[in-house]
Amino acid sequence: MRTIRFLLAKEFRQIFRNKAILAMILVVPVMQLVVLPLAANYEVKNINISVVDNDHSTYSAKLIFKVTSSGYFRMTEAKNTFNDAFKLIETDKADLVLEIPHGFEQRLIREDEQKLFIAVNAINGTKANLGGAYLNNIIRNFNADLRLQMIVPGKLNPMPVVEIAPTNWYNPLLDYHVFMVPGILAVLLTMIGSYLTALNIVKEKEVGTIEQINVTPIKKHHFILGKLIPFLVLSLVVFTLGLIVAWAVYGIVPAGSIGLMYGFILIYLLAVLGLGLLISTYCDTQQQAMFIAFFFLMIFIMMGGLFTPIESMPGWAKSLTALNPVSYMIDVMRMIVLKGSGFNNIKHQLMKVFLFAVVFNSWAIWNYKKTT
Amino acid sequence: MEAVVLNNVSKTYGKERKVAVDSVSLTVNKGELFGLIGPDGAGKTSIFRMLTTLLLPDGGTATVDGFDIVKDYKQIRNNVGYMPGKFSLYQDLTIEENINFFATVFGTSVEENYDLIKDIYVQIEPFKNRRAGKLSGGMKQKLALCCALIHKPTVLFLDEPTTGVDPVSRKEFWEMLKRLKQQDITIVVSTPYMDEATLCDRIALIQNGRILQIDTPDKIVQSYPDKLYQIKADRMYDLLKELNVYPKTLSCFTFGEYLHLSLTDESEQAEKELIQHLQNKGFHNIEMGAVTPGIEDCFIQLLKK
Repeated sequence: MRTIRFLLAKEFRQIFRNKAILAMILVVPVMQLVVLPLAANYEVKNINISVVDNDHSTYSAKLIFKVTSSGYFRMTEAKNTFNDAFKLIETDKADLVLEIPHGFEQRLIREDEQKLFIAVNAINGTKANLGGAYLNNIIRNFNADLRLQMIVPGKLNPMPVVEIAPTNWYNPLLDYHVFMVPGILAVLLTMIGSYLTALNIVKEKEVGTIEQINVTPIKKHHFILGKLIPFLVLSLVVFTLGLIVAWAVYGIVPAGSIGLMYGFILIYLLAVLGLGLLISTYCDTQQQAMFIAFFFLMIFIMMGGLFTPIESMPGWAKSLTALNPVSYMIDVMRMIVLKGSGFNNIKHQLMKVFLFAVVFNSWAIWNYKKTT
Repeated sequence: MEAVVLNNVSKTYGKERKVAVDSVSLTVNKGELFGLIGPDGAGKTSIFRMLTTLLLPDGGTATVDGFDIVKDYKQIRNNVGYMPGKFSLYQDLTIEENINFFATVFGTSVEENYDLIKDIYVQIEPFKNRRAGKLSGGMKQKLALCCALIHKPTVLFLDEPTTGVDPVSRKEFWEMLKRLKQQDITIVVSTPYMDEATLCDRIALIQNGRILQIDTPDKIVQSYPDKLYQIKADRMYDLLKELNVYPKTLSCFTFGEYLHLSLTDESEQAEKELIQHLQNKGFHNIEMGAVTPGIEDCFIQLLKK
């Protein structure tokens, strides 16, 4: 116990003395949590649209007004021919072209039928998809409005209309931040925990201090605990800071139990720190450690369901995520923060993460012993 | 009583089984200042790392203070002090914090063994709040020695403590070692500098993982088998070439501003013949005289065997 105590004292003294590390631990997460969710936004706004109005009628004007007033679209230039408008797409000035054919109003009234043409720049798939969908929606609305005006009251509706009234659960306003913030917090925690542990231990190897420690009576498990505990504490501080930022900036208050969340995170941190420890046993220089940690975290984060849902990945990728601790963490964070899930709901993830913690740490300790 | 005993200790590295230490046997007596003298890559550091339980030997046995280096590594770690060749204390901790840390690691305190490190510590005490990374080379060595001594070890291993240290600090360092010897601490020190060898009680000359000779520096010098001359002339490089082809030359190598030379015939007659020969070859200002061999001469002579 005494050994651990002064190992911890030494470790904290070194951490607090290193201003760069301290800033990395405290300022960077807060900054990222403030900036990233605002930038990483899936809502597509400000789609540039160019309209080719060949009709110049009241109806076409109404339609254009409806499109621009929706808030999603921004009118660029109006062109007289489709070819002119397509040049705007080619020069990236427009994402969408809506062409209204000649005689739009007349034929709509006389023949009850009219066609519109939409051309979408599909380089950015998400933007194209959503932009097209928004526009479709607006036109459908426009269409419905027209019908109401044109159908003579009293007569039966010739076509049955199914109306859909959706409600959004857990995130009623479809606020993207509520979805992103817990995920980003999970990623930050993973990065800080694993990087710091790996780099710190490898630094002792690089400088040679581990040699000096090895000729002392300090036991292996004392040394390892002396390394893990400070970074566990720091990671918890980072997490708490993150929660405060989430509440202060985005007004996100976890729907579930905060105690349960900390309990899960404690287990998760053991796994993450174990990963850092494992990396450090295979590396001799900080550069190696940095690159190996970067390699794994990159994959873990990209395939962890932070940006793209795991459910839409191909089968092999989906089975790979079973080996990805970050995916469980992101999942659980969203479950507790958004849905207010209880212990029984996250039992499965907790078990898996606990397994990771056991595997990473025992592997690391086994390999650490082998090399000395 | 022996403090360190090595029995046919061997160590090989890597897949190609490169031999670093080749069945080395030696004993160091209690209270002795023992020197391992040899060039870089001779295997000195490997021997130190095995004796301080950082490296497992591939063959042979060794004991430090009566403890086996494989089985009783825990006792050894409690009882020895080790100062690696590379400065390896915490650079971001101050002098005071480093010493306190290593004292507590060994379950002792600075006050308890202060008399042991006092002579050295007073020299660096004015800078005790300075971080170790910001110290000069000499001060780093002194701090490292303090940290290696703080738990009153019975055996002190110093791996090239004076490499890269200025001549004045080197001299001071050896004086400190002599004072430590009086405190009954066995000291094993390695160095590539031959001139430091004479400061040890006994030395082992080592090359390519093999021990060439173990004895006191005086006896090693006395055992030099041939008469040694030093010789100088105006064209040194041509002189060396000429002497190397001279039929009566036994060995000839540069040594400072002179050449050190041994002849197969040690009579005065042979000496005169040589000078005559050189004058005929057009060398001027020839100086030649007998000289007592040093450790370096012995080392070179042993290497030739």
